[in-house]
Amino acid sequence: MFVLLLIHLLIGTAILLTGDRFGRRAFAVAALAPLLTLGWAAAQWSGVVGDPNALDAEGHATPGTPVIESVGWIGGLDLDLVLRFDAFSLVMTLLVSGIGLLVCIYAIGYFAHIEPGQSRLAGLMTFFAAAMLGVVWADHLIALFIAWELTSITSYLLIGNDDRNPRARAAALQAIFITGAGGLALLLGLIIIGQSAGTYRLSEMIDSPPSGGAVAAGLICILLGAFTKSAQAPFGSWLPSAMVAPTPISAYLHSATMVKAGVYLVARLAPIVAATGQWRVLVLVVGSVTMIIGGLRAMRQRDLKLLLAYGTVSQLGFMMLLFGPGEYKIAQAGIVLLLAHGAFKATLFMLVGVIDHQVGTRHIRELHGFGAGWMPVKVMAVIGAASMAGLPPLLGFVAKEKALDTYVEYGDFAGANVTLIVIVVGSILTFAYSARFVLGVFGVHGQDDCEIRSRTAPAPAPVFVGPIVVLTVFTVVAGVFPALISNLTEAALLAIDPNSTPSPVKLWSGFNTAFMLSLLIIGVGTVLAVFRRRVAAVQTAASQPLRRLPSTDQAFGGTIRGIDAVARRVTRIVQNGSLPVYLLVIIGTAVLVPVVPMLGELDELPQFVENPLQIPIVAIIIGSALGAALVHRRIAAIVMLSAVGFAMAALYEAQGAPDLALTQFAIETLGTVLFVLVLRFLPTRFIDLAPAVIRPIRLLVSVLVGAAIFVFAIVSTNAREDVAEESISTEMVERSLPDGDGKNVVNVILVDFRGVDTMGEITVLVVAAVGAVALARGSRRPDEDETEPADLERTEETVA
Amino acid sequence: MKRSLILDVSVRLLYPSIIVLSLYFLFSGHNQPGGGFVGGLAASAGISLRYVTSGVDAVRRSFRLEPWTILGLGLAIAVGTAIFPMLLGGDILEHGTLKLHPPLLHDVKVTSALAFDIGVYLVVIGLVLMIFEAFGDDREHEMEMIEAPTEPAMSIGEEYRPLSQHSPARFWLPDDEGAT
Repeated sequence: MFVLLLIHLLIGTAILLTGDRFGRRAFAVAALAPLLTLGWAAAQWSGVVGDPNALDAEGHATPGTPVIESVGWIGGLDLDLVLRFDAFSLVMTLLVSGIGLLVCIYAIGYFAHIEPGQSRLAGLMTFFAAAMLGVVWADHLIALFIAWELTSITSYLLIGNDDRNPRARAAALQAIFITGAGGLALLLGLIIIGQSAGTYRLSEMIDSPPSGGAVAAGLICILLGAFTKSAQAPFGSWLPSAMVAPTPISAYLHSATMVKAGVYLVARLAPIVAATGQWRVLVLVVGSVTMIIGGLRAMRQRDLKLLLAYGTVSQLGFMMLLFGPGEYKIAQAGIVLLLAHGAFKATLFMLVGVIDHQVGTRHIRELHGFGAGWMPVKVMAVIGAASMAGLPPLLGFVAKEKALDTYVEYGDFAGANVTLIVIVVGSILTFAYSARFVLGVFGVHGQDDCEIRSRTAPAPAPVFVGPIVVLTVFTVVAGVFPALISNLTEAALLAIDPNSTPSPVKLWSGFNTAFMLSLLIIGVGTVLAVFRRRVAAVQTAASQPLRRLPSTDQAFGGTIRGIDAVARRVTRIVQNGSLPVYLLVIIGTAVLVPVVPMLGELDELPQFVENPLQIPIVAIIIGSALGAALVHRRIAAIVMLSAVGFAMAALYEAQGAPDLALTQFAIETLGTVLFVLVLRFLPTRFIDLAPAVIRPIRLLVSVLVGAAIFVFAIVSTNAREDVAEESISTEMVERSLPDGDGKNVVNVILVDFRGVDTMGEITVLVVAAVGAVALARGSRRPDEDETEPADLERTEETVA
Repeated sequence: MKRSLILDVSVRLLYPSIIVLSLYFLFSGHNQPGGGFVGGLAASAGISLRYVTSGVDAVRRSFRLEPWTILGLGLAIAVGTAIFPMLLGGDILEHGTLKLHPPLLHDVKVTSALAFDIGVYLVVIGLVLMIFEAFGDDREHEMEMIEAPTEPAMSIGEEYRPLSQHSPARFWLPDDEGAT
């Protein structure tokens, strides 16, 4: 599995490195990665799925054997990259790589007239596929989190790939802000859950569920992450905005795969934690609201792609309702829905892309039906929409039947009945917007005053439509013969919840309540579709009072602006631009924080004079220091400071540390020269413009600093007296010659015992030197640099 | 700039000796006072003498390599010495010793710590050269030099002159002046 991820990364990097050289053929190269993944998954199929119908001696179903690969990563944190490929991962892999492969082929047709920078999409899509496979394969929560964030980042890059389009940039930012914020909450939640469960492995958590007070809070954090990722209310605003991306990207990331990451996580965790805290209530309420609002909004869209986007939001809410309760019977319907939705939503998105590409619009008012050669497109649009609406004998119907049936039979938790009503109402809405989609494609909504373009539009090329045919065939075949996917979904259910007893997936299960509900959905849905004008009028009237409220988009913008304003205000206070204030704060902190606790340690004063030679030297130091503070000319102050430094060197010499004295001497010489170098940029005399009030404050700070250093020196000299062990310096002196092969202990410490420190220090020196040159040179950049080359390019483009 | 003949000649005599002294510090450092850091500082002091007498061009001429090359080379040598033992399966910065018996000299003991010290030595010299490069270039301040031609190097800036916007001085000025 790691090899497959590596192949993805290699292919992605190769495509990104070659730039636009391959043009649209880059997508053919990108198709290799999902192809290999599918091949590998097919090879593992029988082992992973096993025989879900076989029972072991105790009557439990026997799950297949997952494939596990592990690589040690950070041993100290017990953090291993563990990949675990079980049947549920297989379902997700089919979605990620199967739809990924088809989207890559489709993109070859979509980008027939490729623009510069668009082949980059192929590389980014391959990266995204690797990240998404990481999410569905990861067994370690932290590894899952990292892959999760990588999907957010690649999604950001893919949405914003057309970087000259301000709408694309805004949509990309919105997506990464919302999913990124959710990601932070998710990390917090995963850590809380991992710590309270005692394991970060998903597969082990089912046996040792997390327990303790913090778990409820952790679960809310995790749900926040899942809701933002899967565009649940009220965090869903980024998904419709993301539709600005090219259609292959929308079909892949924002309908079939990435947005299902949140659902995936909920599906994995629900059997473990559904009964804990507020999990079930939160999931059911949020999922219900999302399903209904998404459906209502989809019914009002005129842009076919946006219609599908809101439809996706609604369906994601539906999936939350199926996986969230943690009832395995219902969850199996969710697994079928995952497959069905992946197939029909990708179909419909790709069809919209075909229409958009051939006609130049996807607005239902500008579509007036199609000419000859468009029959396949129309047929597939009907089949896809029918599957979305839940009409027999398609896979969408199978999924919806299973959902209704299991909710009627096994929904015995609190709120199950209300949720069932929500699902029925949501499905009616789904039927209505599916009908709107079909009518839109057939040109029923076309307005006479719009230019009629669609009738004469050229029919799409086979490579463009081929991938859609594959998905449509799957929708029909799996719907008519659900036994084909029955084993897979049963095994996937066992993978989520080993204690479950899955049941076969059927197309026809008799005249039961679920079937009656299906008939109700189709009947009411048809009524809504037939009286669509009146329904639209009612919707407009009903939403009138809501217009006063800010939309989620506006709420998002307001939040961002608010954060900006607060940041600006804080910066204005904290970074007010006054160097004296900065210095005061820095010095004040440095003095007060370490020294105040030290005052308690200050018990006895050391012997002040150990050597008569010290008296004259210290006298020089004190005199020069005072002089440096009192003189008016800068050059004099620097000479005084140097005198202090050289006297320090003499002091070291007097204490018997020639090496230290030598260093101090050399440093002081150099320091003086460098001081003088800078001095010529400054006035000769100190000019004090500060008001008189400042003077005593400065004096106070200076005295405090002096006192603090004094206390610090004394305390640190005494620090080792009450410790029994010998000072470490004794050991260093002893080991210098045998271990470091040098008689100069100071140097042996520098290059050997503490060599890594020295390495860090010289790195700092290098950085400081580069910084000094950059600062000095940056300010004297020649004037002609001020017109940036980017601006020139832009002017050229507008001229062209 | 008026150059003092005595200073000029004495620096010309002193400079090579200081460099030799710094090399001595560098090579003897493991067993006697000295080491790469002190050696580098001593050499830097010599370089700054040279700068004081003959300006930044003389400093540039005395080194064939650019300051940043010296800096990078030093860091590369030091880090290389640190990492090399790891490649051989040892610990970071593990040092080896080589005993040589060259003719004429007595036994010479070379430790790999010396290579590390050479790296430090080069970094220190490179740092000082970089600073001269950044702030010591007199041609950037030709105006001042022309206006005050008789001033010795140590007292340029005798009178405060507002500097042009593009001079490095804006980093040292109080905020209201620098912001113009």
